Amino acid sequence: MLASLWQQLSDSPVPIDSVDLAWAGLAPVMILIGGALLILAVDSLVPRRLRPGSYALATVLLAAGAMVAAVPLWQRVQDAERGPFATAAGAIMVDGFSVFATFVILSAVILAALSFDGWLRREEMDGAEPYVLMLLSASGGVMMASANDLIVMFLGLEILSIAVYVLAAMHLRKITSQEAGVKYFVLGAFSSAFFLYGIALIYGGTGSTNLVRIATYLSATVLGDSGLVLAGLALLLVGFGFKVAAAPFHFWAPDVYQGAPTPSVAWMASGVKVAGFAGLLRVFYLAFSTYRLDWQPVIFVLAVLTMLVGSVLAVVQTDVKRMLAYSSINHAGFILVAVQAATAAGVQAALFYLAAYTFMVAGSFGVIAVVSRKGDIGTSLDDYRGLSRDRPVVAFAFALLLLAQAGVPLTSGFFAKFYVITAAIEAGSSTLAIIAMITAVISSYVYLRIIVAMYGAGDDVPAPRTIPLPAAAGLALVISLTVTMSVGVFPGTLASLAERATPVLIPESDPGAVDPSGVPPGP
Amino acid sequence: MDDLLLNQFLLLGAVLFCIGVYGVLARRNAVLVLMSIELILNAVNINLIAFGAFWGSITGSVFALFVIAIAAAEVGVGLAIVLLIYRNRRSVDLDDVAEMKG
Repeated sequence: MLASLWQQLSDSPVPIDSVDLAWAGLAPVMILIGGALLILAVDSLVPRRLRPGSYALATVLLAAGAMVAAVPLWQRVQDAERGPFATAAGAIMVDGFSVFATFVILSAVILAALSFDGWLRREEMDGAEPYVLMLLSASGGVMMASANDLIVMFLGLEILSIAVYVLAAMHLRKITSQEAGVKYFVLGAFSSAFFLYGIALIYGGTGSTNLVRIATYLSATVLGDSGLVLAGLALLLVGFGFKVAAAPFHFWAPDVYQGAPTPSVAWMASGVKVAGFAGLLRVFYLAFSTYRLDWQPVIFVLAVLTMLVGSVLAVVQTDVKRMLAYSSINHAGFILVAVQAATAAGVQAALFYLAAYTFMVAGSFGVIAVVSRKGDIGTSLDDYRGLSRDRPVVAFAFALLLLAQAGVPLTSGFFAKFYVITAAIEAGSSTLAIIAMITAVISSYVYLRIIVAMYGAGDDVPAPRTIPLPAAAGLALVISLTVTMSVGVFPGTLASLAERATPVLIPESDPGAVDPSGVPPGP
Repeated sequence: MDDLLLNQFLLLGAVLFCIGVYGVLARRNAVLVLMSIELILNAVNINLIAFGAFWGSITGSVFALFVIAIAAAEVGVGLAIVLLIYRNRRSVDLDDVAEMKG
């Protein structure tokens, strides 16, 4: 029997097609995955622990290396003659959008890794695992941002998420960390399952999982019954809404942000959100642009709910991590306003907001990681009283980052909100713009409350305490503050980058677009 | 594959999906919740393969294979987290895991 099987295999009349892969286009993902595996191998092979901080340094270098690998991609996709290209049989799209999102995700990796270093040493948990998980998670995020196929989108989402579940539950001695992990896991897996069911329905309705083919099919065919596609779209929105913590899928966020290790939260709030929004924009803005009139009202409602929940519920919190969790929900609402516009200006505003927000929020959680005490405790508002006396520089930096989140002029947050509001008004959603501005005012109360606690004098200021500031965490703070303030003064550079980072759909029939090297495809 | 046959598979998938959703929402035992999530993923697999047969393409079956692999990875991580909680508090009841409120 084996012989006949072998005979069949060797006489197989069906040649196996080899897929053309543009390795240069995949270089950032390959560097992240390869680097993560390398760190893991080194960690298990070396007989004794490496010097503390080696893994953080390696992670920062890998992320920087992936950035360097992405620079030629950016130049290539901006080149008028060569332009964006699809690879891996049209499953991966390398365009300005994906490269821009890659840069933002990698910045989040660097900031979170710098924050992890001192935090892990204080908790006596120094090891390679958090860095490996973060690099793998980032590779999933980059995959999501460049996915041109719903299969790749789902794989990216799961690679991103599974690593983050572990990052949330990482603190072995802290019960709230495990609670955060299990809550995030159950709700995350649940929403991924909805996401997957949505993909199955869309595949059933359109006959393909490729975004280009879906878009072509939907624009060429008038579906007699579009219920299948619409139901699939709604389920996809549940999955994305959960990842970016949009109301009413936000319930996990405050608990998980409060319980999870603070540097993990820095990654969750920045990198994971960027990847989620990149996937959301790719699917809704590109592939389902013909169904715009169906999904725009839904996003409208989601945006209003998200902004209101994020700003109003933040006011009653007493824990700084919870406050910032709700504030990050509010930020997600702002980005949804830009998504709802469904215009090129809206995508540009969303990208600008994501880039500015990444540095603000990663910097803020970096400060929280520094100010908290061993055991990852001490994050209530009272713990911040007298911070301006104990650590004036950290308090000042935190105040600036919070003001940037509130959208004060001369910070990147101002222009982020400005572009979003402009895009919304240009798209004719003035109502949404007004609600957005009102919630921005409400949530600025929250930021001011933290600042007042840090700078306030009075009887309730506790006795002075020493707050050690690890060098790496200081560096992360300097980077995030520099970017936040310089973008706030000179927004033009980032805005023009975001403007050129438009997502595109390239039909597969264009051979020049499929193969970037110019070599004709093999047999 | 004709429409009538496809509908039967879709119905089976939808029923399994609903049972899974009910399990996640109603069960408090973490292991049963994990099993319910697996049930939802298998409902999706039935849908994917049925749609693949309907369209006559291999995409659905390939995707189902990916889903099986992902589900295995997911349940591995999920059981590890549940085990960690069990070691700390001798219980896998999700209602007991509620330190944080607000």
